Amino acid sequence: MSILAAAGSLAPATRGFLSPTGVEIVFVLVGLAVLGAAVISVGTKQLVHAALWLVVALGGLAIEFLLLTAEFVAWVQVLIYLGSVVVLVLFGLMLTKAPIGRSPDADSGNRWVALLVALAAAGTLVTLVVDAFRTSWIDLGSGGGSASVTGASLFRTWVLPFEALSVLLLAALVGAIVLSRSRQAAVPKPRPGKLRAGKPVGAARAAKSPSSERES
Amino acid sequence: MNLLDTLLRCVAALVVFLTFPLIIGQTEHKVMAHMQGRLGPMYAGGFHGWAQLVADGVKFAQKEDIVPADADRRIFQLAPAVSLLPYLFVLLVVPVGPHGFVGQAVDAGIFFVLAVMGVGVIGKLMAGWASANKFSLLGGLRTAAQLMSYELPMVLAAASAAMAAGTLSLTGIVDAFHWWWLPWQAIGAFVFFTSGIAELQRPPFDMPVADSEIIFGAYTEYTGLRFAFFLLSEYAGILVVCALTTVLFLGGWHGPLPDSLGWLWTILKTFALAFVVIWLRVTYPRLREDQLMRFAWTVLVPLALLQLALTGIIKVAISQ
Repeated sequence: MSILAAAGSLAPATRGFLSPTGVEIVFVLVGLAVLGAAVISVGTKQLVHAALWLVVALGGLAIEFLLLTAEFVAWVQVLIYLGSVVVLVLFGLMLTKAPIGRSPDADSGNRWVALLVALAAAGTLVTLVVDAFRTSWIDLGSGGGSASVTGASLFRTWVLPFEALSVLLLAALVGAIVLSRSRQAAVPKPRPGKLRAGKPVGAARAAKSPSSERES
Repeated sequence: MNLLDTLLRCVAALVVFLTFPLIIGQTEHKVMAHMQGRLGPMYAGGFHGWAQLVADGVKFAQKEDIVPADADRRIFQLAPAVSLLPYLFVLLVVPVGPHGFVGQAVDAGIFFVLAVMGVGVIGKLMAGWASANKFSLLGGLRTAAQLMSYELPMVLAAASAAMAAGTLSLTGIVDAFHWWWLPWQAIGAFVFFTSGIAELQRPPFDMPVADSEIIFGAYTEYTGLRFAFFLLSEYAGILVVCALTTVLFLGGWHGPLPDSLGWLWTILKTFALAFVVIWLRVTYPRLREDQLMRFAWTVLVPLALLQLALTGIIKVAISQ
């Protein structure tokens, strides 16, 4: 919030909502495109298409950040989410040889529960934001979201949450490494002398955990 | 900045985008040939085959545009554009000379450049998956693995240059450059340039398109103009990586001549680096996949971290 506060004051509304500026119209249109792409991404039965629609949704979100003059956040969004997260998702899909065309088992049995949870989360967030700002008007001067402003607010005002988050991520990383290592240690290494012809080395391991290898 | 000015800058960037990669490509033909004791193209255009790549372009345009029957049609057709266009946007923000000789100055220039170049990867993955071909899929997988491991040292090395200059803007970084940055940032320059070549999948990092194993990786099924777009994106990538190394680590327009000739220095340094890229292709054999990964994670990442630490220490020492 301090980014917004630095960009402009939270003055009470002095403008009507019925005469939108060009930027506001574009903002709403891009927002609609993002929503559409996100819905298609969840609803499509073609796995890789879902990931690619996610690209559209996340890229649109970066444009929204740009329209709010949060330039730095927009590029970080592109760098991290488009450049790394989606590439990782596509990598995983390619490893599992995602088929071209529709996947018959793409529909989850939980979809109605998922829809309910999604609607509840969206409702909560929208209520929260609407209630927090009401009719206050934020003047977005250019440069309000530049790297220096973002950096200053991140490392002066919000340094504790920032560091706490990084510790959390580090813990998750260490946890992931520990989990993946302990599973390997549980499998005894086959000794060369015990090998018999016709029995592949990894056979015992594959029989033990048939599902884990497919997941990874 | 009025409309005409903006339009002119965009057109200039487009012209550079369309001509410079061809010049690099022609240089590659000739330099490789002479390094291998051949002459290279000699007929097209008359003088030393200067029009060879124009002829190649005409040939590509005439070829039939084939989409394999089992391919995912739309993604297959979209992939070359996704792979090529990011480099155009990057060229728009690379400063060429002092006093605003740049397509469009961006406040967080380094971030913009690295972010947009990352998007090009998605195009290559799309091509690899949508071709419905085992070799393409393998090529796409190798591409993804390689790009993800080399992105990290690249970002870290760029961060070192940004730390040294105290700004994220590309123009600001060149402005802050002094000659003693060369030894100071030498490791960072090496890491950035090397991971840049790896991101472009140029030899010796061309495992994803290794022709003796997987034909041409993600581009196996492409023909005609779409294939030409992938080739163009490779050469535009060389231009972009060399220009960025110049701007971040070699001082861009700084040189002995007066400021008004600064753009000449930028272009000279860029082409000198492009020559090194071609040179490396002829010199080194292809790295194996495990060697590629080991090089990224056990050599480049520690070196980049070392450079970051060095930059931090000297920066603090100077400012006191």
